[in-house]
Amino acid sequence: MSDGTTTVGRGASRRSARPGWIAWAYLAPALLIYGAFLLFPLGRAAQYSLFEWDGLGESTFVGFDNYIEILYDERLREAFWHALVLVFFYAVLPLVIGLVLAALLTRSQVRGLGFFRSVIFLPQVIAMVVVAVTWRQIYAPDGPLNGFLRLIGLDSLTRPWLGDYTFTLPAVGLIGTWVCTGLVTVLLMAGMSRVPRELYEAARLDGSGPVREFFAITLPTVRGEITVALTLTIVAALKTFDLVYVTTSGGPGTSTTVPSYEIYRRAFQLGDVGVATAVGIVLTIIVFAINGVVNMIGDRK
Amino acid sequence: MKVSPIERGANYLVLIGFALVVLGPIGVIVTMAFGPKDASAAREGGAFHPENFPEAWEIGRFGQYMLTSVVVATIVVVVSVLCSILAGYALGTMRFRGATLVFYVFLLGIMVPTEAFIVPLYFDLRVLGLTNTVWGVALPQIAMSIAFGTYWMRTYFRTSSLALIEAARLDGANSMRILWQVLVPIGRPAILTLVLLVFMWTWNEFLIPLVMSPNGAVRTAPLGLAFFQGQYTQGTALLAAGAVMVALPVVLLYVFLQRHFIKGMIEGAVRE
Repeated sequence: MSDGTTTVGRGASRRSARPGWIAWAYLAPALLIYGAFLLFPLGRAAQYSLFEWDGLGESTFVGFDNYIEILYDERLREAFWHALVLVFFYAVLPLVIGLVLAALLTRSQVRGLGFFRSVIFLPQVIAMVVVAVTWRQIYAPDGPLNGFLRLIGLDSLTRPWLGDYTFTLPAVGLIGTWVCTGLVTVLLMAGMSRVPRELYEAARLDGSGPVREFFAITLPTVRGEITVALTLTIVAALKTFDLVYVTTSGGPGTSTTVPSYEIYRRAFQLGDVGVATAVGIVLTIIVFAINGVVNMIGDRK
Repeated sequence: MKVSPIERGANYLVLIGFALVVLGPIGVIVTMAFGPKDASAAREGGAFHPENFPEAWEIGRFGQYMLTSVVVATIVVVVSVLCSILAGYALGTMRFRGATLVFYVFLLGIMVPTEAFIVPLYFDLRVLGLTNTVWGVALPQIAMSIAFGTYWMRTYFRTSSLALIEAARLDGANSMRILWQVLVPIGRPAILTLVLLVFMWTWNEFLIPLVMSPNGAVRTAPLGLAFFQGQYTQGTALLAAGAVMVALPVVLLYVFLQRHFIKGMIEGAVRE
């Protein structure tokens, strides 16, 4: 029954020929649940997005009107813009911090790296709601952050961090930075530990400093890890929901609303299911497009 | 590689500074949780108040919410891990037409944002009477976990020993026996990692239980916490105690099995 003729790739030679239906029998439970509760509703979302429906009564076919509304509705346009701002805080900032941190720590032999790794990864396993409740307390008008600012004499900087039209979005974004930086750093450290030490020694002998070393050796090696880190964090930024729901509910005004929050609000509070599902479809397309672009750039030699 | 003592010292400073930035907010919430819940408690009992926890547990009904979370998480973990093992076995060790396509279909599910499919799913499940039930909350999460789990288990089965499978087959074992008596026992570390990740995702999930149980009949712990924050506005100590309790189960697992968490989230993210 075994088949040893194909030897391309790691897995190819290890598979064996069996009647095809056995494989499908093993796949059936997974495919059934996955199909019924994820794929099918995704298709339904595409269908719903072409209708105007309040969630209860009759629905009317409106073609692409719901998608056109996304372009014209100021609140929705704002939501997508805010998602883009969050990408900076969730992905770009952690990547910059993570690169510097990981490069520093890989260069020298410091002790306690394992413990450090466990600590900075910790925010990843804490429920986002708990993170949000915690930071809401920290940002509160008489909370620790303002208390600290007063203590060091910077009273002029104190403000209600989550009630300010200018500062709330960055304040929420920084929570994302706090959550994501550890993951990115741990990923990059794993990548950088692969660089052979001799490579650095050789670079040293050639007289290159730490900065050249970083751009010539370290950065190219962790290209793959950067791709993965960006994919994960950008998608996390675009899918932000819990954080906004618990900290600001999109406010003050519309200053922190995001696509996911708009989907929830429109579908379940305003009874505008058509537009909500259209936003969901657009969000999905954006997530896939960004995934594709980041991976394409990452793969290019 | 040699670096100057100054650089090494600076590195330790960066290391400690960064660890403090991460631990600071956690310290804040834990301190608040043990702090006095109001002025009279501060007058009478001093600065340390562990009694906040039973009180928050009582007032915030966390007992009930945690129980719901345990039930939902158990269902999601058991069903999705079983389905993922079976599907990953097929995709990782068998050759059949359409295997690549099926694999990509599962990959797609890892990326689809929850908010895209949860809205129509809510309305369809409402028609079926599944909203406000444990199954309404669990099934969408099972589907999402299967997408990742199948991918994860396929990777494990692809790297499992062919010689072992062959030997078992020569002994006359059928594919079911090979799976459960040979591959699953050896694959315990990979399966444990998957169990931990799925448990964490389910325990921490917020949007799906929020949408699927609008009347609050199936309120999981994170939802209970958000609800408690809206309801209970006198003081912050009890809220903080609630937050610590909601985070604790996963954090405890992380403390003891961190390698699995880090390995799973790092390797699970690396595409081939």
